[in-house]
Amino acid sequence: MHPLVLKKHDLVSVGDAIGNVVLDGKHPRGWWIGFLAGFAMLQVLAVSVAWLFYMGTGIWGINVPVAWGFAIINFVWWIGIGHAGTLISAILLLLHQKWRTSINRFAEAMTIFAVMCAGVFPLIHMGRPWFFYWLMPFPNIAGVYPQFRSPLAWDVFAVTTYFTVSLVFWYIGLVPDLAALRDQAQKKWQRIVYGLLAIGWRGSAIHWRRYEKVYLLLGGLSTPLVLSVHTVVSFDFAVSIVPLWHATIFPPFFVAGAIFSGFAMVVALAIPIRHWYKLEDFFTDHHMDVMAKVMLATGFMVTYGYFSEVWMAWYGHSLYEWGTTIERIFGPYGWSYWCLLLFNCGIPLTLLWSKKVRRSELWLEVCCVSILIGMWFERYVIVITLSRDQVPSSWGRYAPTFWDYATMVGSLGLFFFLFFLFIRFLPMISITEMRELLPKKQGGGGGHSIMENAP
Amino acid sequence: MNVDIPTIVPLVNTTVVPHGPDPDAPKPFAVLAGFATADDLIVATRKAVAAGYTRLDTHTPYPVAETADAIGYPKSEMGAVMLVGGLTGALAGFFMQYWDNAWGYSLNIGGRPYMSWPSFVPIAFEMMVLTAALSGFFGLLALCGLPRLNHPLFNSKAFDRATRDQFFLSIEAVDPKYSSTETLAFAAGLNPLSVEEVME
Repeated sequence: MHPLVLKKHDLVSVGDAIGNVVLDGKHPRGWWIGFLAGFAMLQVLAVSVAWLFYMGTGIWGINVPVAWGFAIINFVWWIGIGHAGTLISAILLLLHQKWRTSINRFAEAMTIFAVMCAGVFPLIHMGRPWFFYWLMPFPNIAGVYPQFRSPLAWDVFAVTTYFTVSLVFWYIGLVPDLAALRDQAQKKWQRIVYGLLAIGWRGSAIHWRRYEKVYLLLGGLSTPLVLSVHTVVSFDFAVSIVPLWHATIFPPFFVAGAIFSGFAMVVALAIPIRHWYKLEDFFTDHHMDVMAKVMLATGFMVTYGYFSEVWMAWYGHSLYEWGTTIERIFGPYGWSYWCLLLFNCGIPLTLLWSKKVRRSELWLEVCCVSILIGMWFERYVIVITLSRDQVPSSWGRYAPTFWDYATMVGSLGLFFFLFFLFIRFLPMISITEMRELLPKKQGGGGGHSIMENAP
Repeated sequence: MNVDIPTIVPLVNTTVVPHGPDPDAPKPFAVLAGFATADDLIVATRKAVAAGYTRLDTHTPYPVAETADAIGYPKSEMGAVMLVGGLTGALAGFFMQYWDNAWGYSLNIGGRPYMSWPSFVPIAFEMMVLTAALSGFFGLLALCGLPRLNHPLFNSKAFDRATRDQFFLSIEAVDPKYSSTETLAFAAGLNPLSVEEVME
């Protein structure tokens, strides 16, 4: 059994180590580099969205037959990244995985920002984004309502619900920590701001009892929610009749891929941040090791999905399925399929077997970045299938333009900008749950998890 | 004819409170005792309950379930709140789709029946999760009386440590057994780190 908190921490030192990152206002050079890079890239998003709104979606490379292009690739990529946060905070909570405690806050924040980045793409992909509210059913003079038999309408509800529930879950988790910051802060403005955000939390026994129940039930609700969200996202593809999209393996295949890329993003961010803020006591090598193992497992699930796609196309004796498979592997976009196999299977699934790699910051970072690239290519490969439909007369080519890339880089900017602001202003590890996790003789709750006392 | 008779206002305020305390003086809110560990708090809470106090609360940096049990608050209402919220949302979500697609704006999609309920399941599910989560959140706030900007306990200087490293027991003045002197003495006898009477 590896210790989840290194060194002899007590209640006060846990609060100081985590809370002072926020309260001190002193930030390492790494923070400034990350924040300013994110801020600069955010400007790229602002410019490309402004140009898009002025000119229309013609500035992108989308065409018929590839009508979806980068917008949906990036949408699926981002929302998949978000899923790891919910997996860590909800599913691992239900499974009594105590190592989740030091990464759940961080991962939940990542979820929220990733879903925000994801949400940008469908909205700006609408020709007239100012009518976005037409996606929602509301009484209107035209008497027109959405078509609820379409997975695209399900997607609207799935993603907005996912965002709202993630935000509620995150905020409820933050309230006791905000109260701790309120009481720990020395500066007056900090006491006022954190005091307002803490909504008068005073750690009352009766409040805690309700709180724990809500937290547990939110975990229980988020678990099927996260599975349903990516299932619905996969339905966007699977409910169509495009060859290789119309497959029953899509929902589990997408969910596994989402967790794969999401854990990669969590680890890719955690490695530099724990280094800059000297939080190795809480984000231990053991945490990295466990998360790398999750990536290894989900990586094999995804690889099975690639195998199954090819196998079913061959075994199904469908001319179109098999023809499209050959086009996917050896056609004009075949290079992207091989990139996908290299980055998603070749690099991580060979390296992550080694404990040395899983416990080496550099190599683990390499694997994570490789997975993030690979999972992006997976969505690219899926979307580009549109260029090879059943009938050769509807075949076409697709090439992203400068503005496609600019919007993608810009969404990364939005993510990093928000994430570094979060690191600056909110505790990135749950102070309360870390205190609960401390052994009893160090003043903690002896690893009592919220699950165990929520009647 | 009505004649207003002017009231005679005395030049000197002659009102005298004959007995009893000044009504404007701060009233006691609770006796607050701080303990070093959760175990000490649990023992103290059990003692206070055994001594006949009923209006108690504890304030801890992380949940200490045993104190809630001792106070006699064994089960929270949140499960019921979220169940009702979730079921309402699921039904409303389903009915919304049924109404919109079968009655309000009937769409014939590939000859499927208007009431093609399997395709209404995903949104009904999402609506259930959404409303259950929101009713949990707002129900929690409402039942706990939050958000609030202040609370009498925050008048205590020591209470800052309730979110840090101390575990507090408060015996509230609304308790029928409460008496400033006796309750203070009782709390001091529980071997706390600090004990004080907090004013409203």
